[in-house]
Amino acid sequence: MSTDSITWPQTETAAHPFVDRLHEWVTTVDHKRLGILYIIYAMVFLLIGGIEATVIRIQLIRPHNDFVSPQVFNRMFTMHGTTMIFFVVMPFLFGFANYLIPLMIGARDMAFPRLNAFSFWMTAFGGLLLYFSLVGANGLYGAGNAPDVGWFAYAPLTSRTFSVGHSTDFWTLGLLVSGFGSIGTAINIVATVLCMRCPGMTLAKMPLFAWLNFVMAGMVILAVSPLTAAQIMLLVDRYLGGHFFDTQAGGSAVIWMHFFWIFGHPEVYILVLPVFGFASEIIPVFSRKPIFGYSVMVGATIAIGFISMSVWAHHMFTVGMGANANTFFVMSTMAIAVPTGIKIFNWLATMWGGKIEFKTPMLFCVAFLFQFLVAGLTGIMLGAAPFTWHLGNSYFVIAHFHYVIVGAILFSLFGAFYYWFPKMSGKMYSETLGKLHFWLFLIGFHLTFDFMHIPGLLGMPRRIYTYEPGRGWDTWNFIVTIGVFFQAAGILVFLGNLLWSYFRGKSAGSDPWDAWTLEWSTNSPPPAYNFYTIPMVQSRRPLWDLKHPADPDWEYE
Amino acid sequence: MNATSIAVAEQRIEWDRPSRGRVGMFGLIAAETAIFTIFVVAYLFYIGKSLTGPMPKDVLSVPILYTICLLSSSLTIHAAAKGLRRGNVRSFGTWWFATIALGAAFMYGTATEWHRLIYHEGLTISTNLFGTTYYSLVGLHGFHVVVGLVSLSIVMALTLLGNVRSEHAERVDVLSLYWHFVDAVWIVVFTVVYVIGR
Repeated sequence: MSTDSITWPQTETAAHPFVDRLHEWVTTVDHKRLGILYIIYAMVFLLIGGIEATVIRIQLIRPHNDFVSPQVFNRMFTMHGTTMIFFVVMPFLFGFANYLIPLMIGARDMAFPRLNAFSFWMTAFGGLLLYFSLVGANGLYGAGNAPDVGWFAYAPLTSRTFSVGHSTDFWTLGLLVSGFGSIGTAINIVATVLCMRCPGMTLAKMPLFAWLNFVMAGMVILAVSPLTAAQIMLLVDRYLGGHFFDTQAGGSAVIWMHFFWIFGHPEVYILVLPVFGFASEIIPVFSRKPIFGYSVMVGATIAIGFISMSVWAHHMFTVGMGANANTFFVMSTMAIAVPTGIKIFNWLATMWGGKIEFKTPMLFCVAFLFQFLVAGLTGIMLGAAPFTWHLGNSYFVIAHFHYVIVGAILFSLFGAFYYWFPKMSGKMYSETLGKLHFWLFLIGFHLTFDFMHIPGLLGMPRRIYTYEPGRGWDTWNFIVTIGVFFQAAGILVFLGNLLWSYFRGKSAGSDPWDAWTLEWSTNSPPPAYNFYTIPMVQSRRPLWDLKHPADPDWEYE
Repeated sequence: MNATSIAVAEQRIEWDRPSRGRVGMFGLIAAETAIFTIFVVAYLFYIGKSLTGPMPKDVLSVPILYTICLLSSSLTIHAAAKGLRRGNVRSFGTWWFATIALGAAFMYGTATEWHRLIYHEGLTISTNLFGTTYYSLVGLHGFHVVVGLVSLSIVMALTLLGNVRSEHAERVDVLSLYWHFVDAVWIVVFTVVYVIGR
């Protein structure tokens, strides 16, 4: 009844010819279409990066395997890391941010729609540049090579002497160009959140997802720019004969590490903050309770944003920075566990006493919660410098950060996919296939990444293309690789579910979850202008107020 | 029911949000600041670490005149923006042109300095660490001045064609923020290169 004022019948559009529709998608400045473009783009790269991971794991399934050559192995782990961070998780998160933030804050588009399109195409171009190296990296001979310097590309391995040909240049240019795209999108998100909120939506009434993306965007502005600067320096070194990272001429290899990780560690929090946003939207809806401790959640987010800028050198304990620097970075790394812990307790308190519905999005979020806790605990272990002296560059580190990126980020992302798929497509996904995806992926994840800690503790270093038998690593590596196939099966079920539901799924309606944020007040999928009339809000849960006019939230907030 | 709650809302809500252009420009300035910070840190870190000459104290001379040009262009652009806010397009155009002229003079100063360094002192970007850091930092700043000059010139052309009116004052303000930023960065670069590093 009361939702009639902001919902209206679906406008019928005649089917255009394919070329016209393609043209509309390529030239679009609509935040929803750009969001979907980001997501589809990331999905393609998820498959590519996943195949690279599978190649790595098949090579390591038994000692002295020769599935790929050492050279190809180096290219695989470099491309896997670069792809997954820059061209999978970042575009996924920007896609969701693009799609959801204007809808959640009651706006009709982002603050700068054309900058938005520009940023997407820059990101897309960056990914294409990286993969064009396979064709073009040896110049015009048509026999290229992928970059093989590792995803953090330490100097002096990237100098002309040790990295001949153009593969490293494609890596540099790809990240430089996509970095411009990221900064553009980040500026857009900040301006959207500050300037486009609908009447009544003060900062203290914004959905947490908007808050977390706002802080994330601020961090992108401050953290991706140093990477851009470092890439410019690397290009100066490689093309103009500069000496920034040239140890032969007095340059420093360690300063590249600093510049890279000044970007690299905030980047982890850039990836994880929007994911916290997903959990903060999904967990309350499926627990049928408002989020516990909203203002503390916001405060913890801002605290994470600040502290994460001063923890970068915990990636460099093995370099030999001296006791004072080590102590500082150990302390700051321990400190960041506090706001993160606050968040975990708040999600648990949201679920506590709630009427929990274990739909697929909620399953993924519960798994996220526990896996993120484990990831955080191994993070604290590695945050202690003496521990890192023993296990730096071992598979323990690999297991730790894959627990963050797969166990926390990817799980929460899958939850977000299932939660917002009905909004984006207008169709309901198959709950059976969703649960199958969840269990396959959960089993695969734990087989791979739980057992990956152990060869790390037994001393197996990362980035080795093979190993001697009889060191106690064989069984563990075998189990780890078996897990990959479960995960791959899960991903295939996921893609099948999306495609099947898109074409054959039941109509979802505008509000399938009985949720409380503004995106559920408009049609699924929303029309180009999002809202027929700009909504007005009085509390953090505007749809609750509409649905329960006798007991609205704003009487209590 | 819903209608009443919204009516209440209308009475209660005074809705004021910052301007998009300003927020966007401040975002860009924050990103640029981070980029410049990294280059400045690299410059400071590499002071005195060159293995071969020429050294800064041998070849650098302080460009006081051109620095005064660039810094005073902040005043002229401020006067131009103020003129446009008052609706005085002629005053705006004059001061705007003065800003472009001062910016161009600064770039001329950089060009002559680089010409001298390259052809007479034999210092290029690949000579030593000083050359690498000097040309990168000053060049990065010069690049931003050039971008600013191109943007200012577009506005100048639009002004001469009669397309700039007082309702564009907000946009001109946003562009002048960028120019002020470029000037402020020069103070840092000047201090680092010509005071600390020499």
